[in-house]
Amino acid sequence: MDTLLQQLINGLTLGAVYALVALGYTMVYGIIGLINFAHGEVVMIGTMVAFTVIVSLAGSGMPPLMILGIGLLISVVVCMALGWSLERVAYRPLRGAPRLTPLITAIGMSMVLQNVAMIIWGRNYITFPPMIEKHIFHIGGATFTNVQVAIVTLAALVMLGLIYLVHRTRLGMAMRATAQNPQVASLMGVDINRVIAMAFVIGSALGAVAGCMVGSYYEIAHYQMGFMLGLKAFTAAVLGGIGNLAGAMAGGILLGVIEALGAGYIGQLTGDFLGSHYQDIFAFIVLIVVLMFRPSGLFGERTGDRA
Amino acid sequence: MNEQLKKAAPWQRHWLAVVLIGVVLLAVPFVAALGGQAWVRIANFAILYIFLALGLNIVVGYAGLLDLGYVAFYAVGAYVYALLASPHFGLHLPFWVILPLGAAIACLFGMLLGAPTLKLRGDYLAIVTLGFGEIIRIFLNNLNAPINVTNGAQGITLIDPIRIGDFSFADTTTIFGLDISGPQKYYFLLVALAIMVIIVNIRLQNSRVGRAWQAIREDEVAAKACGINTRNIKLLAFAMGASFGGVAGGVFSAMQGFVSPESFSLMESITILAMVVLGGMGHIPGVILGAILLTALPEVLRYGIEPLQDALFGRMIIDPESLRMLIFGLSMVLVMRFRPAGLWPSPQRRRELAESAN
Repeated sequence: MDTLLQQLINGLTLGAVYALVALGYTMVYGIIGLINFAHGEVVMIGTMVAFTVIVSLAGSGMPPLMILGIGLLISVVVCMALGWSLERVAYRPLRGAPRLTPLITAIGMSMVLQNVAMIIWGRNYITFPPMIEKHIFHIGGATFTNVQVAIVTLAALVMLGLIYLVHRTRLGMAMRATAQNPQVASLMGVDINRVIAMAFVIGSALGAVAGCMVGSYYEIAHYQMGFMLGLKAFTAAVLGGIGNLAGAMAGGILLGVIEALGAGYIGQLTGDFLGSHYQDIFAFIVLIVVLMFRPSGLFGERTGDRA
Repeated sequence: MNEQLKKAAPWQRHWLAVVLIGVVLLAVPFVAALGGQAWVRIANFAILYIFLALGLNIVVGYAGLLDLGYVAFYAVGAYVYALLASPHFGLHLPFWVILPLGAAIACLFGMLLGAPTLKLRGDYLAIVTLGFGEIIRIFLNNLNAPINVTNGAQGITLIDPIRIGDFSFADTTTIFGLDISGPQKYYFLLVALAIMVIIVNIRLQNSRVGRAWQAIREDEVAAKACGINTRNIKLLAFAMGASFGGVAGGVFSAMQGFVSPESFSLMESITILAMVVLGGMGHIPGVILGAILLTALPEVLRYGIEPLQDALFGRMIIDPESLRMLIFGLSMVLVMRFRPAGLWPSPQRRRELAESAN
């Protein structure tokens, strides 16, 4: 029982991060049908920028929360600029190209970003300076920290903000229109280029927030960290039904919880035949099983076959 | 007479080109050896990747199924060979048993994955295959306890080379006063295999099955309406691609004498896919070009960047390894930017693109 509760809490924290990253994938996919493989790298850059800012301000005598806030802000701004330039430089010229072309571009961009990060921040793990004093809370037999509370709360706030943006503002309406039918939307006066660019910018901002969360949760960062994180988040987006915002959120949290529970229980389930290092398998097995029964994800709309 | 000539197979019409290519193929391992055996190995890998890329081309290029976990089948083939021909289990079966067995097991895995998932639409299939590739890799990494099957992350060493009687592919033999080293022998074996897969690809292209694949790629619903059993035909593409991967894996094992899960990461799948797309999807010469370029470019950069930086700045300003991958990624982006259909697309594909642009 204690394990159950503990793993649920850990899974929820991890799931909140996955959900934020998954939103970045799903927004871009929903509008232009591209798997933006470089998104995981944007998240990694977000973590790294926050790290640099926090380390350089650490000695300035500012209150720790303010330093964290500045780090978060700067990393969000940098990632927004990065997302915008990615779209402008790499993807926009490829609109109307064969389907796999932008995918290869995305993979190429992901390699570029990874190696730029390695040149700037080195190839070793870097440790995040702990800025918030950790409080540990006990509930039942499980524990959680104030960092985890902050992560889940911030993620929830950001997601609410996104829902508001998409469903209540003009930009959101333009986005939904473009996702449904770009040609018709542009006939109705929607500036398609701007909408697509905004999808990248907003997705990257969410990614930067997630990156800061990962950094402060694990207190460690590495230039290759974006890869697996991006992969999991993309899995989460597909699990929920790619292109669907609520699906990405639910998929992310579900994936986090399943992974944590899986890691906690796999030993018991298989009589210690498989250990907790099989954690990563769960995400993919659940994905395959879900897609076998619901080929468009949990919340995906049934779409007709499209070439 | 002229009509008859047109009907003749391409290698009858272009016999001069075929002879030229043959001479070049014969000369490559000896020319490369002038720069050291390392270059022969690079040539070997280029051909191994041609083999792999053409196998994937069947799945992605012909049938239009985006497979991001192709390396799983390569891994299965490699480990089948490694387990059955190494001191790890004390088994030393001959290669002509293991290679077909590896292909068969890879094929079985292909069908196991394909059967439940092939009804998924494009990108969903992509992520499922990607997940499958990761699952295989994680198992290879961790199946050393409680029963040591794969020896975990350390991998399996001392794998037998391919051997026919007393003729081993690992040693140097002297024929007519000419020393032929191990890698050079593997080169000729790989060329033979590559020619086989090229012939299979060409024959498939215009066969009933090949046209069914293309029909599915263009419009699955219409293909189904024309009476194509889309499920079986897609499964066939998957299984066929997987078996090629399995054979390539076996040869890789034998050639390296060592396998570890590290060789079968997602990046590997992506690189093979990039070869297919960058070269020109569905077009055999394009895919071959893509495979050669993507194998050679990182190596050329590896040997070029350090001396270049040394000459320009007198010291290493940027870590050569990351600069190498940076240029590699950048060139992928640039090729796609300026040649969206690949470097050498099939004439038909180019026409289609030109039409859709107008």
